[in-house]
This record gives sequence, C-alpha cells and structure tokens, in this order.
Amino acid sequence: MPDARVNVPAEVARDKPFEVRVLVRHPMETGYRTDDGGKAIPRNVVSTFTCRYNGETVFSAHLSPGIAANPYLRFFVTARESGQLTFEWIDDAGIRGDERAAVTVV
Amino acid sequence: MLRALAVVVACCAGWAAAQDRVLPLSALRSGISFAGADVRAMQADDAANPGMLWVERGEKLWGEPAGAAGASCASCHGAAKSSMRGVAVRYPAFDATAGTVFDLEARIDDCRTRRQRAPPLRRESDDLLALTTYVAWQSRGLTLDVKVDGPARASFERGRALYGQRHGQMNIACTQCHDQNWGKRLLAETISQGHPNAFPAYRLEWQGSGSLQRRIRACFFGIRADMPPAGAQELTDLELYLAWRALGLPIETPGVRR
Amino acid sequence: MTMDGSPRQRIRRRLLQGGAALALVPWLSARGAERDIADIPALAAFLAGRTPRWERMRLDLPALADNGQAVPMKIAVDGPFAPGPYVRVIRLFSQRNPVPEMATFEFPVAVERIEVESRIRLAGTQRVVAVATLSDGVLYAVGADVVVTIDACMDGT
Repeated sequence: MPDARVNVPAEVARDKPFEVRVLVRHPMETGYRTDDGGKAIPRNVVSTFTCRYNGETVFSAHLSPGIAANPYLRFFVTARESGQLTFEWIDDAGIRGDERAAVTVV
Repeated sequence: MLRALAVVVACCAGWAAAQDRVLPLSALRSGISFAGADVRAMQADDAANPGMLWVERGEKLWGEPAGAAGASCASCHGAAKSSMRGVAVRYPAFDATAGTVFDLEARIDDCRTRRQRAPPLRRESDDLLALTTYVAWQSRGLTLDVKVDGPARASFERGRALYGQRHGQMNIACTQCHDQNWGKRLLAETISQGHPNAFPAYRLEWQGSGSLQRRIRACFFGIRADMPPAGAQELTDLELYLAWRALGLPIETPGVRR
Repeated sequence: MTMDGSPRQRIRRRLLQGGAALALVPWLSARGAERDIADIPALAAFLAGRTPRWERMRLDLPALADNGQAVPMKIAVDGPFAPGPYVRVIRLFSQRNPVPEMATFEFPVAVERIEVESRIRLAGTQRVVAVATLSDGVLYAVGADVVVTIDACMDGT
C-alpha cells in the first residue's frame, strides 16, 4: 500500500497560509478488538506525525486510538520560500513512514 | 408455423421477463444519495476519500511484473486509463474460456493465474481489492451496462430468484428492504436501494475497503442468515442481478459508505 | 400578554424580558463549561485549575454520526493573531472514550489560519472538548455533542 496521499496546492501565495491534506494508510488498531479466536489484537496507532517545511517543523500531531483508521489530516502552513514539505510518522510498533511534496511559492 | 410461433412466444417471454423490473430505471438512486452529508463529502473529495489509497496501490501493482511470465498488467494492457475505460461497466460478464460468469475480481484473478502464471490473489486481500478498485475507477462516471442474455442468462435468473427469496432467522428477502422499503428508516439509518455501483467501496464500519461480495455477505449476516462463502456462485449470481437492476447508474468507485 | 402601559412601555418591557433571557446565555454556557470540566477528568487534569475562555473557537462535528468509527471533525480558532499571541497547541478531549486524550496538534511556527480537520472515533454518544493554548498562555475552549448510534444491521464479515 502507498504510505500516504498528500495534497498541496500547485502554487501558493507568499506569506499566506496554504492548505495541506494528508491521508495516511494505517489501521490505527485500538487495542480493544479481538480476533476470531478471541485474542486481543494489540494496540498500534500512528503516535506522532510531523510536517517539516524546508527542514523546520511547522505542524505536528500526537494521535491516539481516538483517531479513525487511515487517518486524515488537514491543516494550514504559512508559505515562505519554495521548497519541500516532508511528512514523517511513527506508530506504536516503531514502524516509520514518510512522504514529501513540493511547495512552489509565487 | 407452430415452431415460428413458439420462437416468438419464447422471445416475448424472455423480453418480458427481462423488462420486468421491480424498480423502474427512472426511480434508481445510488447509495450515496441515502448517505449522510459527511459520507457524501468524504466520497466527493479524492484527497480525503480513503478508497483512493487502494486506487494508488492498484496503479502501482498494474505496472509490477508478476509470475512465471514476468509480465505486468501493463505488458498486455498498456495504460489502464485507456485500456480499462469502459470495462468495469460490463461486469459481471460471461467468460467463454472459463465457461462461467466472472465478476471483476474473478476476471483479474483469472488473468493473474492463466496469463501471468502468478499465484492467485485471495478475495478481500489488499492486492486484489487494489487492482479491482483501480480498474473500476477507470470507469468512474460511466454507466453500468451488463448483458444478461445468452450464456449469462442462467446466472442472472438464479440471482434474481435469490434476491426474491426469504433467508435467515429474520426470514427476509433482499427485495423487501431494497425494493419495497428503500427510503424508510431502520434505527438511525435510511434503507438504500442496495445498488452495486460504488464497489469496491470504503466502508466506515470495515475501516477499510471491501468488495461487493463482502457487502452482500454482510447483508446475509444482518438478517441472521448463513453467509455464502466468498467466491460462491450465489454471490456472483447476485452481483449480476444487482448490476442489471442498476443499469444506467454511474460507477462511483471508490465509494464511501457507512 | 399584559396590554397596560403605552406602546413605548410595552416595547421596553419586551426588551427587558428578552435581555434577561439573553443575559442567561453566558451563565448557561459557563454552567455547561463547568460540567465539561467535571465530566472529563483528563480535561480537568490538564487545566489544573485554570479557566479557559469559552469563545473564539469552533468545533464542527455532526450532531448524529454516520458511524462512530470515523466521525469527521474540524477545529478552528478564529484570528486574527499577528502581531499578538498565536496558537501553539490544540488538545482534543473525549468524555467517554477509553483514551480521553484524543489528539494534540502543535503549531511551532505561527500561522494565521488555525484549522485542523481529521476523523475521530467515538465510543458512543458523548461530548468532545477542544482546548487551544496561545503563546501567551491564555486558554480557549469549545465543546460539541455527538450522538452515535449502533448499526441497524450487524456486519459479521
């Protein structure tokens, strides 16, 4: 499965906030479900999600089982210089994911 | 003379039976129209629609070589955007070589095993869901157009009979909810017409994507009936009947449903 | 309705009665806010005696969720912010979930538009509260109620 789908406008206006939308592929296992044999399925959620803009952290989220599977995040970032957004996340099992998107400031 | 008459009568009977729609085409409404505002918004936005994760996975798989033949889907079919456009609307369809009706999942798996000479993909596996979603997505916006005459007829008639048959502890037939009581409330939900045009779909209850067969099996469970196993002939028969019943509805894959 | 007094007196009386009702609204909100803090121990623990301002924030949640597994949610804090204090953190609390601290969203770099959307899981009908912390330490808060029903038909697949 792809790690994530990222959506950033093709061009963003300098010094104005622009919209970032991310959809991460992850079951966000709550830890409260049991499998067919009655055994508890261990909790495994994306615990930390970070968005860096040209290396500087501009948004981060600490999530819990209270966030739905295949977590969706929409937030705003102030446009400064053209460059790159890098998204990184880690789950309870220690598995990391990442994605990136270009930012073109006009 | 008598034979000619018999042929005319048979044709008329066949035509009449085929035209005998419980739900007239003019009354058709996709499941999305019965969904709440949030589900509708989720389906409409490709950036937020979780089903698109499977479309992307399918796109990747499309180009990956698999099996002894070392061929990918693209090796034979080229770009899916052109070669697969208009394909999903014809499914389920009769396959002459296999001598049976294939739903889209079976068709893809047949290509996998027979042409690519790769191991089969399990129903409801992420890979098969991804390829099915990707292929159906190429027909998004196009209207269902299955054929139920000729060799597909027997499957269609079985599906239609099953649809009208009572099942399970609740002793309900599909037609009772979805033909006779659609639009009415069941607890906090509105009963839909039960159309297949958005599948594979992301169901919030599943927290993942699933096939039409899975959705049909869930209905059997809901009325406390034994679920036919995945891949069972009855399920394909029902899929064909449902597609005919929904003729003219556009494909919405990947749909979002609660 | 009493009809004594001049038209002006009647209008004045109506305005007073309406005003009295309106005057109750902040008091009712405050009562609701007190209840929130009392109902959600994790929220009370976070606030540690501080009182948030129950204004300037929006928490958009459906009154009736399509499915408790994925409920679309939007939190917003109304600007403008610059050149003054800006939003640093937003915390989301659940009244009924096994894990009451649902999420924390951090904004290390000031941004003029504070809107966060996600999809949350709700273990049944309950109240959800969002609290924003600004760079000067001031807290804002907002709550919303969501009704979560069980599925009409069970899905055993």
